[in-house]
Amino acid sequence: MYKNVLQNIAGIDIYPLISLSIFFLFFIGLLLYVTLLDKKHVDAMSQVPCTGDEEQEQTRGGSNG
Amino acid sequence: MSTSVTEVLENVPERKVPGHRAVEAFFYDNRIVRNFGIATVFWGIAGMLIGVLIAFQLANPAMNMGTEYTTFGRIRPLHTNAVIFAFVGNAIFMGVYYSLQRLCKARMYSDVLSKINFWGWQLIILAAVITLPLGFTTTKEYAELEWPIDIAITLVWVVFGWNMFGTIARRRERHLYVAIWFYIATFLTVAVLHTVNSYELPVSFMKSYSGYAGVQDALVQWWYGHNAVAFFLTTPFLGLMYYFLPKAANRPVYSYRLSIIHFWSLIFIYIWAGPHHLLYTALPDWAQSLGTAFSVMLLAPSWGGMINGLLTLRGGWDKVREEPILKFMVVAITAYGMATFEGPLLSLKNVNAIGHFTDWIIAHVHVGALGWNGFLTFAMLYWLFPRLYNTTLFSKKLANAHFWLGTLGILFYAIPLYWAGFTQGLMWRQFNAEGMLQYPNFLETVMQIIPMYYMRAVGGVLYLSGVFLMVFNLYKTAKSGVLVSNEAAVAPPMASIEEAGNRHWHSWIEKRPTQLAILATVAILIGGLVEFIPAFVIKSNVPTIASVKPYSSLELQGRDVYIKEGCVSCHTQMVRPFRSETERYGEYSKAGEFVYDHPFLWGSKRTGPDLHREGSKYPHSWHYHHMLDPTSMSPGSIMPPYPWLFEKDIDMSTTEPKLKAMQKLGVPYSDADIAKGNEELLKQANQITAQLQKEGLEIKPEREIVALIAYLQRLGTDIKVKEEQK
Repeated sequence: MYKNVLQNIAGIDIYPLISLSIFFLFFIGLLLYVTLLDKKHVDAMSQVPCTGDEEQEQTRGGSNG
Repeated sequence: MSTSVTEVLENVPERKVPGHRAVEAFFYDNRIVRNFGIATVFWGIAGMLIGVLIAFQLANPAMNMGTEYTTFGRIRPLHTNAVIFAFVGNAIFMGVYYSLQRLCKARMYSDVLSKINFWGWQLIILAAVITLPLGFTTTKEYAELEWPIDIAITLVWVVFGWNMFGTIARRRERHLYVAIWFYIATFLTVAVLHTVNSYELPVSFMKSYSGYAGVQDALVQWWYGHNAVAFFLTTPFLGLMYYFLPKAANRPVYSYRLSIIHFWSLIFIYIWAGPHHLLYTALPDWAQSLGTAFSVMLLAPSWGGMINGLLTLRGGWDKVREEPILKFMVVAITAYGMATFEGPLLSLKNVNAIGHFTDWIIAHVHVGALGWNGFLTFAMLYWLFPRLYNTTLFSKKLANAHFWLGTLGILFYAIPLYWAGFTQGLMWRQFNAEGMLQYPNFLETVMQIIPMYYMRAVGGVLYLSGVFLMVFNLYKTAKSGVLVSNEAAVAPPMASIEEAGNRHWHSWIEKRPTQLAILATVAILIGGLVEFIPAFVIKSNVPTIASVKPYSSLELQGRDVYIKEGCVSCHTQMVRPFRSETERYGEYSKAGEFVYDHPFLWGSKRTGPDLHREGSKYPHSWHYHHMLDPTSMSPGSIMPPYPWLFEKDIDMSTTEPKLKAMQKLGVPYSDADIAKGNEELLKQANQITAQLQKEGLEIKPEREIVALIAYLQRLGTDIKVKEEQK
């Protein structure tokens, strides 16, 4: 049935090409973005949750929960 | 901590940052976090208690307690809503309100908005607790709440977003940590999902009909249902994992790069996978295939995230031995991995053919709910409470005991249900040497798995008893400290984009929440639009069948009784095109048969048999006896009795508005049909009661049971009529 459905759409041929391009560009772009990230920046970002409340940790009664 | 701002500032006079910007002192709002924490625990216990009750109901129908308000069909949605939106929902707010403030180095944008978010959300839950047992439901899974509550949800959600974006705008940390990306995606996608799926036409206060019908309603509902799991139970919790796991393990996440890939590929792919809930149904094949393909792809980002979480503990596994918080987190992340492996597996059509409609699915979702959401929530609570009260945890031993009770609970819950699912799925399909169904009586396949239902209920009790230990532990912890309502903090003001370093073109998005939000919305819209537009626009996707006619006014009222009692919780209306199903139920279901179904009632679980070809299978009297006492017709049945249907009258004042609403939605009722609605209703009801009378059964034609019988007798007969005419 799906073949009939698809054949009824005018200019259907372009859709697989568009989808392939969207996916190809999306993931290639994502990989490029990630591999080109600056190492120092990545390290700094990954430290974000670990900074900021050292003082509280020191003053809190005793060790971590 | 009782330090004042001035004291904090005095203690850090030299804390200047490059660019000579003086530090600013401010306070984190901890009270709102604590309040959401208490709500999480409170509603968690409520939701799980109802879960245990309905688990026992499936094993022993006497547990339905003989009232309409405690019967499985009505309180099963109460369980799912309480656990998803009350327990997990409050846990999301708790974790987001804590971590967002720290990650942005700013207090929440507005205390008033925080309070509206908190009390608004609790009132919505309260409304659900009241309305669902009363039978006010749309039947669309995880979206059962009726239209006035839908509007309230929208408003409170907007308040949450407003408060979140306001905080982000006032942040002192230029870069947005990946956890915030997950929060933003959660907010936006849930907003889109809720709005699109709640497109419904109000008939009266607390009653509405879905704006979509049949196949299209099913497609929208499962796009919503699947992505409620994705964007309410998964993405916010991944954001929380990326914050609380490094905190608890005291080390940064294993790979920040991987977390970026995790985020973008997850939100890009997740949104497409909804149709895997509709494999082998009347949904067009191309949409089913899309659902399968994207579900298989989802494995990559999901496992990328799980591995990123587990590897964060590299070199720190010795801590896992000693720290119950990390134990909870490790099991949570492992459960995430298992559930996200199983999802793609179940999306393969050959596996789905066995697993769908069985308890396998229930086991699957509970590995996610009990393991991933539950355990990560417990870890957050154990981590947060000592910090909110500036003290230490009352007892690690009790937390450890909770961990083991919870883990055993998950095993006792999941393993018997996997067993039950496989057993029943295979029994449904078993043919004997003569080519006949081996177990033609559906009830045989149910009675086989009742011991498993008991074991599952025991698993639930174990899990819940662990939660009680936690409540005691957290209460004692809070008692031993003082709530730090406003926690003092200092941070330099936000660096300008230039100062934050514009050298790296690729880090630009981390500084721009608006652009990030827009891109995330685009990513989630693509999948939805590609699936919806053809399904709505191209007529040939739902081939119409000339013999399919709208329901009569009595049948429509009966359908609403079916909706009100939550029959859809246990009965599907979707015969799949397998020989094992056509032998058992009759002709497989066609898309064109559902064009007047607002909402669709295909169901997702067969605790009882499919009902799509139920019409004219049995005499009226069979249904009469069966609804009054199911075991009288089906000895051993676990279906609860419905005696109140024999005492309550159909509300005939609603007939006309209901027909009018349906007309507005495109169902071809003429104005004359609407005007004569109640006249026709009584005419048909009298025919049914006359028939019943012949068999010695006296019932008034106005009773709800008569309407229900009319509806059940109509089900799936449009096509049968056609065949007979040939």
